[in-house]
Amino acid sequence: MISIKNVQKIFSSKHGQVKAVDEVNLEINEGEIFGVIGYSGAGKSTLIRMLNGLEIPSSGTVVVANNEVSHIKGKSLRKARQEISMIFQHFNLLWSRTVRQNIAFPLEIADVPKGERLKRVDELIKLVGLEGREDAYPSQLSGGQKQRVGIARALANNPKVLLCDEATSALDPETTNSILELLVDINERLGLTIVLITHEMHVIRKICHRVAVMENGKVVEMGPVMEVFKNPKAQITKRFVHQVTESEETKETIQQILESYPQGQIVQLSFVGDAVEQPLMTNLIRDFNITVNILHGNISHTQTGSYGTLFIHLDGDESEITRAIDFIHSKQVGVEVISNA
Amino acid sequence: MLNSWFPNVSWEKMWEATIETLYMTSISVIATFFLGIILGLLLFLTSKGNIWENNIVNKVISAFVNIFRSIPFLILIVLLIPFTMFLLGTMIGKDAALPALIIGSAPFYARMVEIGLREIDKGVIEAAKSMGAKTSTIIFKVLLPESMPALISGITVTAIALVGYTAMAGVIGAGGLGNLAYLEGFQRSRNDVTLMATIIILIIVFIIQFIGDFITNKLDKR
Repeated sequence: MISIKNVQKIFSSKHGQVKAVDEVNLEINEGEIFGVIGYSGAGKSTLIRMLNGLEIPSSGTVVVANNEVSHIKGKSLRKARQEISMIFQHFNLLWSRTVRQNIAFPLEIADVPKGERLKRVDELIKLVGLEGREDAYPSQLSGGQKQRVGIARALANNPKVLLCDEATSALDPETTNSILELLVDINERLGLTIVLITHEMHVIRKICHRVAVMENGKVVEMGPVMEVFKNPKAQITKRFVHQVTESEETKETIQQILESYPQGQIVQLSFVGDAVEQPLMTNLIRDFNITVNILHGNISHTQTGSYGTLFIHLDGDESEITRAIDFIHSKQVGVEVISNA
Repeated sequence: MLNSWFPNVSWEKMWEATIETLYMTSISVIATFFLGIILGLLLFLTSKGNIWENNIVNKVISAFVNIFRSIPFLILIVLLIPFTMFLLGTMIGKDAALPALIIGSAPFYARMVEIGLREIDKGVIEAAKSMGAKTSTIIFKVLLPESMPALISGITVTAIALVGYTAMAGVIGAGGLGNLAYLEGFQRSRNDVTLMATIIILIIVFIIQFIGDFITNKLDKR
């Protein structure tokens, strides 16, 4: 659906040239929710803006829904943009228009006749759950409602691709979740391909199928969200994964645990997908001559499965503990010894 | 009672002068509104980072606007006498003031239009682009509606300035309340005529301000 090949974007400023996007290659499949994560300045914003021609790459090609966005201009670019819609961090609604009129705007651009326009707008208002607010102005809406208008507006012309530019970054956690659920719902119901950029791993975890991690204009890591969670390679990816798996609270808890268990070993186990379902603890206790103490655990849900962490304390004979750890390894469960007591 | 306070006022002449002032003001306000919006749009669209970014065109329009904005109005009328003669064949009467009024105020208004357009969130223009909007759609469905409160409050200020300009134009023979106050009031030392003309001008200004504020508030949904 989307193919980005050897794309570079160089901005020249007074202080010289800045490589915002550096040799990026990506293939995004139809019907996929693809996330790009990175800190601000990583180039993700420039990258997503090249997908609808708001930025033109300095070199390389961008093809979206069979349109070579990186080269077309004028009328064909405008036509292509009707198939590639976008929602924004700050919603970018027209304040002079009501909800209904805002949603009708892209239909006016596409020259849809008035009767059909009204019908379509009503459908969209229902789809995003804004019944009763049709005649409100944006200034009378909450952030979440504004983004719903943004989404309805983006879906008006039945696009093939939806680009989300930090679409939830200006919203509170509760509202973020409801908007993310709406996006998943749209993705499943309409089969829409969604590309989103964010700096919050929570967003990636909750709705994305695959993720690309960007740093300094480069994609440093890419893969299915579960894989990346299970086995983050780049340093920056590890930091992002920790955002969701290890809260401040967890760190404090581990510190406390380390202090209160001077003997034995504390081990962090990471379960992914099916591994969550095996009776690992039972086997450990039955087959090895050690004491197992469960200290702390949590489970994160992702779009394609669950990811869990468990902190356990193993006490007993040292060789027996080593054997136990090897056994856990063999069960496809991630093991990390936190510290020798 | 009114006649005892204003013994020298000919109400017939005063009414005629009021109509002339209203005529000059309204024609020049309408022309300034359209001309100013065109110039303001050009200034905005050709500036850096916008749809028709073009440094040379921008500088030329900007220079033109600045020059005509800086010339004192009284001098502008005198400078424009040949142009007015060519256009209308006369330099006396209510129509004769129009070229100078419009040329004097359109650049002033154009700057206000430009400021109003700059205040529009860039993201909104970008959103329209991302939906595949043509430039004309962006102008008529985004830029102008979104800046309309600023455009209306700007034209209100300009209209009030124009009432003042018509009075100045009156001094050199363009008719209206300024002309009446100068010829009948000042030169014949009939202060009551000057005072009455002033009162009527004030009333016109208040009415313009009231209408302008009313429309601005009505349009502003922010």
